[in-house]
Amino acid sequence: MIGIDGVLIVPLLAAALLASQTDYRRSARINVAASGLAFLAAVSLLFHRPLPGRFFLIDDLNVVFIVLGTFVGTTTSIFSASYIGHELETGRLTPGYLRFYHAMFQVMMFGMNLALVANDIGVMWVAVELATLSTVMMVGIYRTHAALEAAWKYFILGSVGIALALFGTILVYLAARPEVGEGLRAMEWTVLVRHAHGFDPALLNVAFVFLLLGYGTKVGLAPMHAWLPDAHAEGPTPISAVLSGLLLNVALYALLRFKMLLAACPGAIAPGPLMIALGLLSLIFAAFMLYRRRDIKRLFAYSSIEHMGIIVFSFGMAGPLGNFAGLLQMTMHSLTKSAIFFSVGHVAQVKGTQRIAEIGGLTESHPLLGWGLLAGVAAIAGLPPFGVFTSEFLIVSSTFARQPLLAVALVFGLLLAFGALLLRVTQVAFGPPRGPVGPVQASYVPMFAHLALVLIAGIWLPGPLVAWFRHVAALLG
Amino acid sequence: MMGGFAFDVAHTLAGLLVLASLTMLYQNRLVALINVLAAQSVILSASVAWQAHLQDAPDLFITAAIALGFKAVFIPWALRRIVVRLGLHREIETVVGIGPTMLAGMGLIALSMEVMLPVTSQVDPVARQDIALALSVVLIGLLVMVTRRNAVSQVVGFLSIDNGISLAATGARGMPLVVEISVAFSVLVAFIVIGIFLFRIRERFDTVDSGALDAFRGDRR
Repeated sequence: MIGIDGVLIVPLLAAALLASQTDYRRSARINVAASGLAFLAAVSLLFHRPLPGRFFLIDDLNVVFIVLGTFVGTTTSIFSASYIGHELETGRLTPGYLRFYHAMFQVMMFGMNLALVANDIGVMWVAVELATLSTVMMVGIYRTHAALEAAWKYFILGSVGIALALFGTILVYLAARPEVGEGLRAMEWTVLVRHAHGFDPALLNVAFVFLLLGYGTKVGLAPMHAWLPDAHAEGPTPISAVLSGLLLNVALYALLRFKMLLAACPGAIAPGPLMIALGLLSLIFAAFMLYRRRDIKRLFAYSSIEHMGIIVFSFGMAGPLGNFAGLLQMTMHSLTKSAIFFSVGHVAQVKGTQRIAEIGGLTESHPLLGWGLLAGVAAIAGLPPFGVFTSEFLIVSSTFARQPLLAVALVFGLLLAFGALLLRVTQVAFGPPRGPVGPVQASYVPMFAHLALVLIAGIWLPGPLVAWFRHVAALLG
Repeated sequence: MMGGFAFDVAHTLAGLLVLASLTMLYQNRLVALINVLAAQSVILSASVAWQAHLQDAPDLFITAAIALGFKAVFIPWALRRIVVRLGLHREIETVVGIGPTMLAGMGLIALSMEVMLPVTSQVDPVARQDIALALSVVLIGLLVMVTRRNAVSQVVGFLSIDNGISLAATGARGMPLVVEISVAFSVLVAFIVIGIFLFRIRERFDTVDSGALDAFRGDRR
């Protein structure tokens, strides 16, 4: 039980401790230490796995999400430590708000971990709500017009999404009740999956539509994505990194679980076509939107929508290859996108703006940041030798083999997005330096650590990892 | 125990909830809208209490009490205060006219009946009606949110969605965590009303003019 306790209790204790700390340097260090501890606890789950209990469930699927999530949480807290001092100096944040920020960071980690380990669809729902609330608070933390507007939009759309997800959850309970009986047992994942063959398929179908719309809002699927760009652009950059790297994944995890439930019920519709349609829509829509972006964080927010579209598409195609590629793409996207945000955060700080037009010549003025950003964008755009190329190649080739027409649409979206990203990144990376060229106090470790992992994954995927993902892919059906 | 009378009462209360939702659609004054919400919450509270009695589930009385104390009294009071304090426009600007909105509302009720009744044939009759009517309340709540630009009416729309979900959750016999979830939702709503809306905006802008917020919303899109 050490692992589960670790990923849940450490963030909770840390949140309480951080709420009482006044010195921001110490808070930042505590934040890093707590996130690191949670990561270690998550890693221990790989080796020593508790049996599924009444409340918690650890299986091959969610371990991937937990380890990835706590890892990105840890590197983000390191980035945040170097980022946040600057915000204090420029007066964008006061010490009081910083205290609040650190405490909320851990509350969010707690919410996400709880959502991942919960064995109960109700608890999972509450945990996703908690994670959402804490990020809403952080998105609005600068209290500018734009930040408040973004927080409000995020809040309203997120709440509607979460309300629809709850309605879906109630329907799942109703479907389970005749088979499993009343009470808590009818909301346990392990029990649900075991009995799913006897559920009323029609009711389960309707439930899944609500769950897809509800949790899909949190995944950022078009047309429910409207909150995502604003929330990414107006909040502190560490939050943009965890939103893209973590929160979207948690919502995706919820969807995958319910998809497994549907797969276990013979009469139910195949969730594939719905997911493929939403995924493609998100991909192509976001790819077009990428061209019109003037704000650098908004640009990468749309790129997150695009990638979540690809991932949901891939899981919708299903089959061993589709699921495998989806998992790989999700992992690579989390790592790459948070690395990009780490770099963008420092860029925006040194330039004092997020407008792409006012940023230029980064490779010349800040070589490490500039080349790091360039490498990150090359990776996210799907260029070899990075890991995203591997997963996108897998998705495209497996789709070509099965549904050539869908593959055409997929490739069209990918190329569109590729063009837009390249266009924008050359604008900020090359040419004569524009804007302030002052020195930057950055910690490059998180960014380059992520990029190195993505690069290694692109060149050589370790055998055990492949075997693991293959196993999970088979589990997902 | 599920006699005709028990079913009729449950059905009537659920129907009244939908009626309250429809009433929301044609309110063009903020305070009136808030009053309808309060009325809906009272009906919800009665409905939940009736379910608690039918299902012999005393913990549902807590949910009923929360609905009455928090959603029917406290939140409407807080919202009215916000309207007065912030000097919001008393008239609600609707995006679509009232006629089409009402038609859409009726369409949504028909839709939810059409969707839910066929798929819930295995569910007991009370829960079946409750789920179908709850979906209407949820969908009409969404309609209220999208046809009103004003932040307070969006909160009202969200609360009526919440009411619909509470109806569904209490109708689903023996559903665990209902009380916990209703508490979680109340916290969520309290956060909206107090946190973002009141404190942040008041603190930031010396003159609390909702027009400023409206204007900002406009050119941001």
